[in-house]
Amino acid sequence: MGKTLFDKVWDSHVVTQIEGGPSVLYIDRHLIHEVTSPQAFAGLDQRGIQVFRPQNTVATPDHNVPTLDQHLSIKDQLSRIQVNKLTENTKKHGIQLFGLTHKYQGIVHVIGPELGLTQPGMTIVCGDSHTSTHGAFGSVAFGIGTSEVEMVLATQCILQPKPKKMRITINGKLGKGVTSKDIILYIISKISTSGATGYFVEYAGSAFTGLSMEGRMTVCNMTIEMGARGGLIAPDEVTFEYIKGREYAPKGKDWDKKLEYWKSLKTDKDAVFDKELVYDAADIEPMITYGTNPGMGKGITGSIPSLSELQETERPTFQKSMKYMNFEPGSKLIGKPVDYVFLGSCTNGRIEDLRAFANFVKGKKKADSITAWIVPGSKQVEKQAKEEGIDKILEEAGFEFRQPGCSACLAMNEDKIPEGKYAVSTTNRNFEGRQGPGARTMLASPLTAAAVAITGKITDPREFLAEV
Amino acid sequence: MSIEKFITLKSPCVPLPIENVDTDQIIPARFLKATTRDGFGENLFRDWRYDKQNQPVSDFVLNNSLYSGKILVAGKNFGSGSSREHAAWAIHDYGFKVVVSSFFADIFKNNALNNGLLPVQVSEGFLKKIFNEIQKDTKVLVEVNLENQTITILSTGEKESFEINNYKKECLLNGYDDIDYLLSIKDKIVEFEQSRTV
Ligand code: SF4
Repeated sequence: MGKTLFDKVWDSHVVTQIEGGPSVLYIDRHLIHEVTSPQAFAGLDQRGIQVFRPQNTVATPDHNVPTLDQHLSIKDQLSRIQVNKLTENTKKHGIQLFGLTHKYQGIVHVIGPELGLTQPGMTIVCGDSHTSTHGAFGSVAFGIGTSEVEMVLATQCILQPKPKKMRITINGKLGKGVTSKDIILYIISKISTSGATGYFVEYAGSAFTGLSMEGRMTVCNMTIEMGARGGLIAPDEVTFEYIKGREYAPKGKDWDKKLEYWKSLKTDKDAVFDKELVYDAADIEPMITYGTNPGMGKGITGSIPSLSELQETERPTFQKSMKYMNFEPGSKLIGKPVDYVFLGSCTNGRIEDLRAFANFVKGKKKADSITAWIVPGSKQVEKQAKEEGIDKILEEAGFEFRQPGCSACLAMNEDKIPEGKYAVSTTNRNFEGRQGPGARTMLASPLTAAAVAITGKITDPREFLAEV
Repeated sequence: MSIEKFITLKSPCVPLPIENVDTDQIIPARFLKATTRDGFGENLFRDWRYDKQNQPVSDFVLNNSLYSGKILVAGKNFGSGSSREHAAWAIHDYGFKVVVSSFFADIFKNNALNNGLLPVQVSEGFLKKIFNEIQKDTKVLVEVNLENQTITILSTGEKESFEINNYKKECLLNGYDDIDYLLSIKDKIVEFEQSRTV
């Protein structure tokens, strides 16, 4: 029987298989950040051991960092201590650190790919659930907890049960104004936040192969939101073209050898998945969420479900969520007023997202009622945006362009959406309090976020696109 | 190093009949700034447990003195969202040894097991029974037996078995730690590294 792409990558990294238990999986690339690593380093100290393969780990501070005045010392004491700890720990163990003022600093899932650290066929882990992002390159990438971070630091391996396999196929052409973010929000709305728990998902079909690497990363990034361990897309010319020439990409003979291997990374024709789902690209419209988990999403022209549409067991959780959002079940989404717009995060903080947003708002003005934060995913994204004049376009339209970090995606720094306010956010989680205590988050694509930023209310971006 | 051993536990339960409890609710991000593993229990379910003035929310279950115990019983899809192990630390630090639900998110399950917190997955029907029994008697005892992989509602005698992989079971029963195991096979890991071609 043939093998899936996932099997090929996973199986080639199994050091040994424990009877009736997990695999010992070798990890090629380990990314760390300030929030989930300090206790892991402390564990090594307690055991009196060193990092086993320091060259396989790369570190950057992102979750806690301010998005203004990064050259100054971090004001919040606890954040400062965490970031300093990362510097200390990486220095002590000889790990490469892209610190706060380094030209390569950024959100860990943005810098991995842009530095060429993320490559097809690799196993990649990070103490962060959105590590699934890197699967866009045909790697097996997934988030781990701090005990597992310690395992990787100590032995370059983790113990992991092999997940089941699912394939999601979407063929056809995406409509105007429909982006990769809408595809993934659509899938999650169909299968729920636990619909893929226990699975690793492969995405196939023209709706995915037609995407840029940035678009594929957005899809794989949010795969975790349907409960999956991770998602991946077979590498192709678009992938190779993206990696070529990047700082840590293979060069010369090494490149040729790697390329040959990468080209073999495809699911065999006769491979079998534990579950297969198929959707049609033509059915997807720009999406927005209305509730407090990423599965509570709808096409933007739709309405919030009414109670009668739901199973009885679903109602209490739904009602709790409606109360938190202060939304009326059954009401229309379009036209609801919004207070904040956030463009950024490892889901949609890459250059293509900034371009899409800037193109949309070019020559228009931000609605007075909207506070908008535009946060690039990394120093390199920031630099490129400036080179392309995106910062100017944004300024002219009334937007503020900030410095890189996770920012309002999880509101560990000062960028918090105030209590009770509505935010349309290009991030990945609309959980209660995710963007600040009492904040009300609606997830959407950069295009939808741009349309909202201009009108001050939930708006179908296609209304504007029709003009062009 | 070792984790706490787990063999059997008999305890009343704390019911949380909400579905999709995500790790942002278990421990909000603003409490993740510590650099040690201790003290997270204080902020377990912080935003459900305390209001804006930091006053306990009286109808939240952890503030209700009728309920206590080492078993947290929650609605389906418990622990979704972030990979933060702080969620497992917070639940454990608060004093829970077992979380019962009809469905767990993957990363949470691993994190819990790595910290001696036992996730017990039961059927929807059995979960409902536990909630019902707690409703009748807030002090009803539930027994979790890891060796036999069973969970029993002692008032009714109803019992269900639960799954756990053998390796993890051995670890919990004996208090073994994954890192000790991995360190013990370092030669194999080096051999693997040397055998790789691409
Ligand atoms: S941007 Fe958001 S989702 Fe991504 S790593 Fe940062 S906090 Fe996590």
